Amino acid sequence: MSAYSALDAVGLAQETARGKRSASENIEAAFDAVKALDSELNVFLNTNLESARALARVLDAAPAETRGPLHGVPIALKANMCVEGFESNCASRILAGYHAPYTATFVRRLVDAGAIPIGMTNMDEFAMGSSCENSAFGPSKNPWDETRTAGGSSSGSAVAVAAGITPIALGSDTGGSVRQPAALTGIVGFKPTYGRVSRYGLIAFGSSLDQVSPFARSVRDVELVTHLMSGTDSNDATCLDEPRMNCEICDLKGLRIGVPKEYFGGGLQHDVRARSEEALALFEQLGAVIVPVSLPHSEHAIAVYYVVATAEASSNLARFEGVRFGRRVDGDGSLQGMFAATREAGFGPEVKRRILLGTYVLSAGYYDAWYGRALKVRTLLRRDFEAAFESCDVIVGPTSPEPAFALGSKKDDPVAMYLSDVLTVPVNLAGLPAASVPCGFVDVLGRALPVGLQIIGPHRADARVLSVARAFEEATSFAAARAPRFFHGARS
Amino acid sequence: MSSETEVPHMREVGYVSKKTGVRWMPVIGLEVHCQLGTRTKLFCGCEYRFGASPNSITCPKCTGQPGALPVQNREALALAVRTALALGCTVATKSKFDRKHYFYCDLPKGFQISQYDQPYCTGGGIQLSTGKFVRLTRIHMEEDAGKAIHDRGDMTLVDLNRAGVPLIESVTEADIDTAAEAVEYLTSLKEILQYCGASECDMEKGSLRCDVNISVRPAGEPWRTKVEIKNLNSFRFVSAAIEHEIVRQVDAYEMGEEIVQETRLWDANRNVTRTMRSKESAHDYRYFAEPDLPPIHISSAFLEYERKLLPELPSSRRARYESALGLSPKDARNLTAERVVADFFEAAVRLSDKPKECSNWIQNELFKMVGDPELGTERFEELQLKPFDLVSVIELVDKGSIAMSSGRTLLRAMAETGKSAKVLVAELGLAQVQDTALIERWCREALVGKDKIVADVKAGKPNAINALLGGVIKLSGGKANPQVVRETLERIIAQP
Amino acid sequence: MSAAHDPKPIRQAGALVASIAKLARLAVTAEEARSIEPQFASILKQFEGLELLDLTGVEPLVSLSGADTVLRADEPEPSSSADQMLANAPERVEDFYCVPKTVGGDE
Repeated sequence: MSAYSALDAVGLAQETARGKRSASENIEAAFDAVKALDSELNVFLNTNLESARALARVLDAAPAETRGPLHGVPIALKANMCVEGFESNCASRILAGYHAPYTATFVRRLVDAGAIPIGMTNMDEFAMGSSCENSAFGPSKNPWDETRTAGGSSSGSAVAVAAGITPIALGSDTGGSVRQPAALTGIVGFKPTYGRVSRYGLIAFGSSLDQVSPFARSVRDVELVTHLMSGTDSNDATCLDEPRMNCEICDLKGLRIGVPKEYFGGGLQHDVRARSEEALALFEQLGAVIVPVSLPHSEHAIAVYYVVATAEASSNLARFEGVRFGRRVDGDGSLQGMFAATREAGFGPEVKRRILLGTYVLSAGYYDAWYGRALKVRTLLRRDFEAAFESCDVIVGPTSPEPAFALGSKKDDPVAMYLSDVLTVPVNLAGLPAASVPCGFVDVLGRALPVGLQIIGPHRADARVLSVARAFEEATSFAAARAPRFFHGARS
Repeated sequence: MSSETEVPHMREVGYVSKKTGVRWMPVIGLEVHCQLGTRTKLFCGCEYRFGASPNSITCPKCTGQPGALPVQNREALALAVRTALALGCTVATKSKFDRKHYFYCDLPKGFQISQYDQPYCTGGGIQLSTGKFVRLTRIHMEEDAGKAIHDRGDMTLVDLNRAGVPLIESVTEADIDTAAEAVEYLTSLKEILQYCGASECDMEKGSLRCDVNISVRPAGEPWRTKVEIKNLNSFRFVSAAIEHEIVRQVDAYEMGEEIVQETRLWDANRNVTRTMRSKESAHDYRYFAEPDLPPIHISSAFLEYERKLLPELPSSRRARYESALGLSPKDARNLTAERVVADFFEAAVRLSDKPKECSNWIQNELFKMVGDPELGTERFEELQLKPFDLVSVIELVDKGSIAMSSGRTLLRAMAETGKSAKVLVAELGLAQVQDTALIERWCREALVGKDKIVADVKAGKPNAINALLGGVIKLSGGKANPQVVRETLERIIAQP
Repeated sequence: MSAAHDPKPIRQAGALVASIAKLARLAVTAEEARSIEPQFASILKQFEGLELLDLTGVEPLVSLSGADTVLRADEPEPSSSADQMLANAPERVEDFYCVPKTVGGDE
């Protein structure tokens, strides 16, 4: 029997469903990993061993024909996801102790397939950030180099997978919050087309941008998890009826790969450009055709993103005022005073900054200048992609302009932090599907740090994106690399 | 001006100041919120009912739990559209929901889902009996907030049962001139919404709320500052508040004071309006399109479907009852006050072709039965009577099979038991006796010792026979057919 | 270019932060305001590029999923109990949420 962490989720589920291992053993292995690594890497905000063990027992007793495709697979969930029995505090003081009175649809579908949630992972507070340094509970550490960030905002979930604690984990991607951590930790991350997966139960940050997005060490895992979560939900009016995804490894011959010149500009650091170009060369070798394209409005994407996302965030976070849930601070004793004191004490500085920004761009007299304008530029950004996809089948480039940066290196410069999203936010603005797959390493001060390749597809072309990702994975061996802080197992 | 002083009657020609003789013209607009009569809330499946125990009809969505999302109720859209069609509004093919932000303890999400710059309909209005047409500016859909209770203890208590209930907010142009017009507008609006099945419009249960916007100016001059009045819980209060406020504003202007743009509350105990808060620091609601809801597209098929469901409206029915059925305006008004009654009446007329009789029986008998504690029916539709039942009774009485008084008894028994006329006539022995032999015997019995009365009848005294008639009816236990009795008596008396 | 855009805010970030904080119910301390102001200003500077674009005839992108009028049937779904909903409430009196006394009316 293989070591627990040597298997991907599909493999683990197959072995468990066939009885070669038990769900209970999987849970014990996962918690051994938690014990071994969590205190150093700061992955989980809370775990629920009893609940996981109980669910494992039920699964182990289940008759063979009822065993689902994720039978007995432990999964880590980002702390902005609502699950009964777990504390979903979004890494914020204002939600400390919040136990959601309902379970998200996307979680329920995975549990129905046999997955076992083991805990809530660390993140930037309310998903606002790219390094986890905005968590109220300290950042997660990158298993490739603990002095560096694992990216953000879905940091803990990325580390859970990259460190071998769980084979799969869920994050949320609003501006790159799953793709960028996947790139920085050397794993696969996939953001579906906006609307593929119901957002009911995902604590909202940017409503028109958020998507639940899986992490895994293999593309087939990410495909399976996405497929299981997909489909209409009567609880979400923005959820589309997207069909099952059957992502065969595609034949790359003749595949037209668009390479936007704007994504290969001067901002790329170290050898990120080299790794991306090597990947493109490999695609060519396999028969693909490289097509230069242009996304002319790319330079405005960050501005549009920060206007739209902060506006929506300022609105979505208005409900945190101490009346119905969360921590309350009395303030001057008046109702409005209580609101202000509760929010002042409960929100961290980055969240406050974004709420202020979002409130500003929506305020009377400024709507047309900022928000109204940004929505129109958003249309232009989407049109850029539509035009580009007329001459190519997928668009490829680096996921992040740089590998994992040192913790603390961007603390005092929010703008510098925002710029690390420049390659990922346009995808959320246009609502397109995109994956990040490992494409090699760069050497930084003697340490090997992972680099990710982003594959973007047209609207609803999720299957195509994952097929291309599979083909790349198949032709390379980067997915097999293991971080220095990877849990190989106390027992298998 | 004290509240005991009689408020001068407001005629359409405005309010003439006693002090200066200046004619002041009131300018009044109404904002009316109506709860739509759906089973569930606007954006979630909670089944709302008035008076439920606190926080027992809520869910993650209507309490604004993080991660919860709204999904629109189809029936709410249908009723809103039906209302718009009934009021002659132009329904927008495309509209959207917007978030309206403010912080208050009864607003769970910190914003209300409402409609800002693309309401689902505009235009339309209501014709008043004076001929005045009160125009509507717009109607939009929005969700209701919960309830904050300030008068229990030293904290404010919050009940979110009502949060998320569907509302339509209708705003009129400032076309109204008097309190009477305002009340007539509201009465008509209520009738129309009830007829469409869109809303109960019960102010006591909060399903209809009205705010008044009012200013005054000397005749011929431009409009002045308007004041908003809230907390009007009945049509009577709307009327009183308007009349009071007109005088208050006129007095203030005539004393050289300014009228401040503000919101005032109606104080029903002291019959005055008083300051609530100043509207000078206007709210910045930071409206933007609700990203969790797709735009609302109302197809022409949807519109046509709702148009077909529109009932004939009260004003049109009244006109028809008066002209085609020959009813008096008063009768027409009484029969159309509620749609269930009007529908009942019309069905009865179709079955019997006797509009006046149906009208009389409904008003005189059926209305009495509603609210009768013995029957336990509080509303017309709770009576266990169908139009066919009423018509059966009318036919029986007209044919002479039962007496008129028996008809009343029969109707009541049918309402109480739900049994048919035929069954009850037999059970209660109400059949009127037509047996001439039997009647002749009763007549002869009643005539015994009544020589004086007989003499009066022979002498031609017109009503003398009634006493004899009464006697025979009594002997028969109310069962004798009065007409036959009269004829029999006359025949017997005329015999030598 | 919209006439509503006013370049003043970038220079007067301080007063702006205070008034926005009030709108957003964030009791920002004077010290926090001092550190936020320059950050605010530098962020807004990034947005200046948006002003220069010609947006004539461009529609705003409002509905991402392209879904059209999603409606649900008017059928009841079970409500949560008061206890369930009040379980996370910071303060509770019987079956009510409770908050500091207010005279009534929003804001």
